[in-house]
Amino acid sequence: MSIKKHVKLGLSALALSISFSSVAAEDPIKVGILHSLSGTMAISESTLKDTMLMLIQKQNDAGGVLGRKLEPVVVDPASNWPLFAEKARELLAKEKVDVIFGNWTSVSRKSVLPVIEELNGLLFYPVQYEGEESSENVFYTGAAPNQQAIPAVDYLMNDIGVERWVLAGTDYVYPRTTNKILETYLKGKGVAAADIMINYTPFGHSNWQAIVSDIKAFGGAGKKTAVVSTINGDANVPFYRELGNQGIDAADIPVVAFSVGEQELSGIDTGPLVGHLAAWNYFMSVESDANYDFIDAWVAYSDNEGAVTNDPMEAHYIGFNMYIEAVKKAGSADVDAVKDAIIGVSVPNLTGGFATMMPNHHITKPVLIGEIQDNGQFSIVWETPSTVAGDAWSDFLPGSKDLISDWRKPLFCGNFNVVSGTCGGQAKVAAE
Amino acid sequence: MSTFRLLSHLMFACFLLYSSLSHAQVEDTDAQQMLTALADSSFAQKKQVVSQIAGSGDERARGWLESFANNKLGRIESSGQFIIVLDNRGRDWTVESALTGKSLGEMSRRDIDTIRANNALRKELESILSVIDLNSPEEQIRLTAARALKGGVDDALAEQLPEWMSNEQSDSVRAALAEALAIYKVEEQGDIAAVATLSGSLNSQARAALQQAMRSDDDALVAAATGAMASIERKLKLNRAAETLYFGLSLGSVLVLAAIGLAITFGVMGVINMAHGELMMLGAYTTWGMQQLLPGQPGLALILSIPAGFLVAALAGIAIERTVIQHLKGRPLETLLATFGVSLILQQLVRTLISPLNRTVITPDWMSGSVMINEALSLTLNRLYVIGFALVVFAGLMLIMRKTRLGLEVRAVTQNRAMARSMGIKATRVDILTFALGSGVAGLAGVALSQITNVGPNLGQSYIIDSFMVVVFGGVGNLWGTLLAGMTLGTLNQLLEPWAGAVLAKILVLVFIILFIQKRPRGLFPQKGRAAEG
Repeated sequence: MSIKKHVKLGLSALALSISFSSVAAEDPIKVGILHSLSGTMAISESTLKDTMLMLIQKQNDAGGVLGRKLEPVVVDPASNWPLFAEKARELLAKEKVDVIFGNWTSVSRKSVLPVIEELNGLLFYPVQYEGEESSENVFYTGAAPNQQAIPAVDYLMNDIGVERWVLAGTDYVYPRTTNKILETYLKGKGVAAADIMINYTPFGHSNWQAIVSDIKAFGGAGKKTAVVSTINGDANVPFYRELGNQGIDAADIPVVAFSVGEQELSGIDTGPLVGHLAAWNYFMSVESDANYDFIDAWVAYSDNEGAVTNDPMEAHYIGFNMYIEAVKKAGSADVDAVKDAIIGVSVPNLTGGFATMMPNHHITKPVLIGEIQDNGQFSIVWETPSTVAGDAWSDFLPGSKDLISDWRKPLFCGNFNVVSGTCGGQAKVAAE
Repeated sequence: MSTFRLLSHLMFACFLLYSSLSHAQVEDTDAQQMLTALADSSFAQKKQVVSQIAGSGDERARGWLESFANNKLGRIESSGQFIIVLDNRGRDWTVESALTGKSLGEMSRRDIDTIRANNALRKELESILSVIDLNSPEEQIRLTAARALKGGVDDALAEQLPEWMSNEQSDSVRAALAEALAIYKVEEQGDIAAVATLSGSLNSQARAALQQAMRSDDDALVAAATGAMASIERKLKLNRAAETLYFGLSLGSVLVLAAIGLAITFGVMGVINMAHGELMMLGAYTTWGMQQLLPGQPGLALILSIPAGFLVAALAGIAIERTVIQHLKGRPLETLLATFGVSLILQQLVRTLISPLNRTVITPDWMSGSVMINEALSLTLNRLYVIGFALVVFAGLMLIMRKTRLGLEVRAVTQNRAMARSMGIKATRVDILTFALGSGVAGLAGVALSQITNVGPNLGQSYIIDSFMVVVFGGVGNLWGTLLAGMTLGTLNQLLEPWAGAVLAKILVLVFIILFIQKRPRGLFPQKGRAAEG
């Protein structure tokens, strides 16, 4: 296929053989897209694939970058975690992509991590996650816990006056780690253990009657109660439906969710849910011109007047633009050059501000709290006064509070222990 | 907060007086000024402005406040004109002028600044609106308003309540108002006499007030409150038990619905159909399709999708039977693998043809919400309908199997195929019809499931294991066994869930089944006679 492109570009076979480097400059930059298009995660990930294709198309229409076009390479890891690693290897070793945008679940990210590090690739990961990770080759454009969970809890505690907490989540690594962080944080703020209820349910849980009734009873003790929900994916629809049916009103027991966005709400009638909360770094209802333009482009691209945008889409938008800026800054798409160049790069986000890539490979984001409205959108009721930088290692977990990450030389370490002054397992000597 | 409430309630009393006499309107400049103040102030300040608007005596005030509570009050960015948004879906919104009520047509979302409300404001607005509703001529509205006042009474309202109560005709409204007043008295004044009113109340605000009284320094009050709480706790325990039973039955009926089609194809015909879950998914998608065909009539669409879902799933079942299963007769392992393949094909087909995203199936009004038995026990309506539907489907199937020619033939073919054929029964035709019946029932289950869970390509997967569990536990080939097994497992699961958690409860139920099967390999109701050995 790439040969055909050369022909189209009008390069003679002679030129190809004489000067390899000049041809390389005209080669397209290959962008790998590693999102599930089938299986359980297709519901969330397939839109991100389309987002990337749209961004690439737009960039190409504007002339590409450094005079080179971008060429998407789409693979389907089919919601199968080990297959993610295989597909990542295929992208890097066979397709020789320059960068990968992909993954949704943490377990899939953990699965591709060794491959990306071994083959020295670049991965942009667009979803909010539990933190406790910083890789030389991965850029985390979604929220770390301090960019979503902690500010949301602060809002509930200070602005709503919540004293009793239900931490409800799906039973896997992201909710468990986030709830551990939140539990330590709440206890540090003087919340008694009896005022915290923790509940885990399996993936796709659909029978919420007993749990919702429990929450109702827990909230009937006379103290203001809130539910912090890390319930993932499909399970949210029956959960919210049960909340509505059992008459739990947002004014009495608000539910603040970290995994419920516009896309999830498009699958339910939001009438009974008005007032329940979500914490994200972007909402489709943000009133900024950048956002309106993005929505217009997305509606046009997907050819669906009802198409919604969400937070991970914004993360890809930021990540993609950061990559383009870094390639321009480095003057090439060489992985090591881009890795160095991207730290400190600032690009506009969709909420009317700027996102900057920090040395720990996380970005700065504003934190927004929105209340669900009856049209399936969020009405923003609170936001942080300025952007918050992502913290790779939580300050509220005993194992990680002394760790920092800085991928600039001379430190060049993802988990530097500031107490012992040593770099942990991920240490690598910077290639000179 | 309470001073604000006091103000607002007083003002509203005035407002009611005025509005009953004449249709008053403030000057447009004043209205513009008030709305501007609402738009430009912080959430804390907005409370003041709301009370000002409520007290203005303007007949439009209620409309403004209601749209404000729904985030539908807005301002045109360029002109500063205030608008009420009638439809805020998509990029262009339908709006009308807030001051004149004149329609302004559609407008781009870019040009509109929404005036935002939050939960706290919405709560305040709700109590203001319920004070208005207390004057409604309709008893049901007054009752709802009186109930909403529990825990929301303040000093000003407390003074007016006795007078309202004496004017009130309905006993139940008066009782609700008395309780609301008693909650206020216990909470704010530590009134022992009021504690007696709360004794036996199942209202959560009443409990909160009593718990607060139990923490007070007054010994007599603490004793009275503790006594009242004890009587409440006893009642609550009973209600909790009734609720758990209801939850169990409703989960059980879902399991029965999902399993009963399988009880026919697997139990009676002996076909291990791994695509059973996907047949349910087809039923659920039929409901969605019906609702797309009949926009605005979700209830009618749901009723029509009962026969439609049955037909679609039955036809799919016939197709599967003809193309795959009939060629694999007597080879259970191959059937299992082949139908598993079919299930994957059906899933991906839906993903590709419709969408990988879940589809919205609307719950009709008559199925949402709950029936309140008392203030601690309400039965969710959609579940109630599913329980009823499961029983009807079960009864229907029983009738078909026991009383019709088809049922007789099916039983004959199952018991002795060769003998049945020699008696002139067309075994192939019976096979097709039986499989179609089982698949059709799966479609019915899908229609019901569309009301309680996600309609998406993965719907079937989450029920297939449970279905097999129920059929095996109940005894293969016995419909009564399936009913009893579904209900037992559902109730067991809901009994375990509160203290074991959802994950562990599921595991415990599985362990229970494994142990049970060890003891009774043929399930609750084993088939007897020669058929069992065949």
